[in-house]
Amino acid sequence: MSGGGGPVIPNFGSASHCITNNDLFCTDWVRSNWSSTLQPALLDHLKLTAIAVVIGFAIAFAAAVLARRLRFFEHPFTLFSALLYTIPSIALFQVLVPFTGLTETTVEIALVGYTLLILFRNTLAGFRAVPDDVLEAARGMGLHGREILWRIEVPLALPSIMAGLRIAVVTIVSLATLAAFVIPEGLGRPIFIALRDYFKTEIIAAGGLAVLLALTADAVLVLAQRLLTPWARARAA
Amino acid sequence: MGESESRVILFDDVSAGTFLDAFRFIGDNGQLIWDKTVEQLALSGAALGVAIAIAIPIGVLLGHWHRGSFIAINVSNIGRALPSLAVIAIGISIFGISFTNVMFALVVLAVPPMLTNAYVAVDEVDRDVVQAARGMGMREHDVLFRVELPLSTALIFAGIRTAAVYVVSTATIAAIAGGGGLGDIIVNQASYRFEGVLGAAYCVAALALLADFSLGGVQRLLSPRGLRRRPVVDPEVATAQAFGH
Repeated sequence: MSGGGGPVIPNFGSASHCITNNDLFCTDWVRSNWSSTLQPALLDHLKLTAIAVVIGFAIAFAAAVLARRLRFFEHPFTLFSALLYTIPSIALFQVLVPFTGLTETTVEIALVGYTLLILFRNTLAGFRAVPDDVLEAARGMGLHGREILWRIEVPLALPSIMAGLRIAVVTIVSLATLAAFVIPEGLGRPIFIALRDYFKTEIIAAGGLAVLLALTADAVLVLAQRLLTPWARARAA
Repeated sequence: MGESESRVILFDDVSAGTFLDAFRFIGDNGQLIWDKTVEQLALSGAALGVAIAIAIPIGVLLGHWHRGSFIAINVSNIGRALPSLAVIAIGISIFGISFTNVMFALVVLAVPPMLTNAYVAVDEVDRDVVQAARGMGMREHDVLFRVELPLSTALIFAGIRTAAVYVVSTATIAAIAGGGGLGDIIVNQASYRFEGVLGAAYCVAALALLADFSLGGVQRLLSPRGLRRRPVVDPEVATAQAFGH
């Protein structure tokens, strides 16, 4: 690929031999472009992911609470979120552009849509797994609907909810790289630009950051799950 | 905004009609759609073939020896977390753009669910049955090929199915990296208009569903009645994830 005109390499002052050669990985490029390119992209990526997961979780949680009492609500919502899932993200971004423009809103609507199925199913499965005896005992102790939800059902459903959050977060970190197709944000931006120019260092640096971000987020959630549900491990031991 | 971006998104008008026009696009451009579908299937099929050759023997042997559970289980957690665009892009930057290299990036994404399912499938075969086989005087490879494998085929296949759906739909992203397939149409609204993008998207969704259904059918045929166990990696969740393309 290095033939045919050669890669277009951004030149900030004097490019090193490594950069002009388009070697596999030039640490000097990463160092000089960290604060101008990579760090903002990483932070935007975190922001895109966090917003999508928080909003998606709020919707999915509310839907699961509703579906827990009103069984007929489960199927339509599952169908709706499963349908959203089957649309390839690059296509969905484009479909939304005429309505919401080349904006973060476009990206977030799509990303939120992709979290719903996983989060809804896992949260509802967690609620459904709470034993009837426990609910009965809670009622016997004089707890009301809302107290039962927050003090009994949510804690008991937590392992299942956290498992869903893990999948949702890594999925959204992955999908958010494609947001760069419509907005100049996230780690997908340096990846897209570097793919066009075939500039190896930038591809590896930005791609590596995306991989690291996904693995770190997953590890943090595993840790959070252990801290939030100490009883689960005590039982397994 | 983004005048330095490589892609130009047109602001085509979208109406309910556009979603129907997409079907007409498929009809009017049968040859194009067919060619791109064949490219996508060739890429996915090759990647799945290589991934099967790598993942299944390793998973089966680890399961047979009851060794390496930590690796076998965690490989799918890590594999699930890998952002597909990043994996494909990194693969291309190291090895260059070619069919084979994009294919190998897809292999990286396909191996984890296969390996974990194969490991768990063989590892969890009833120990009493295996002991009985040994008691009957079966040798090691008989135990593996005549007892453990027949009992775990369906679950091993569930992993292959999960990976297949993932790879078929993720191959769409390969287009961004010049890998061809239906993604070529989806990322090129300027040439194919909205109808084309949507039409190709329908085809990707249909391919993934088709892969899921057909392999699901094979999986059912392979599972001995009364031995239908649930796969470790939930195929539905994986399907969903697959569209993380």
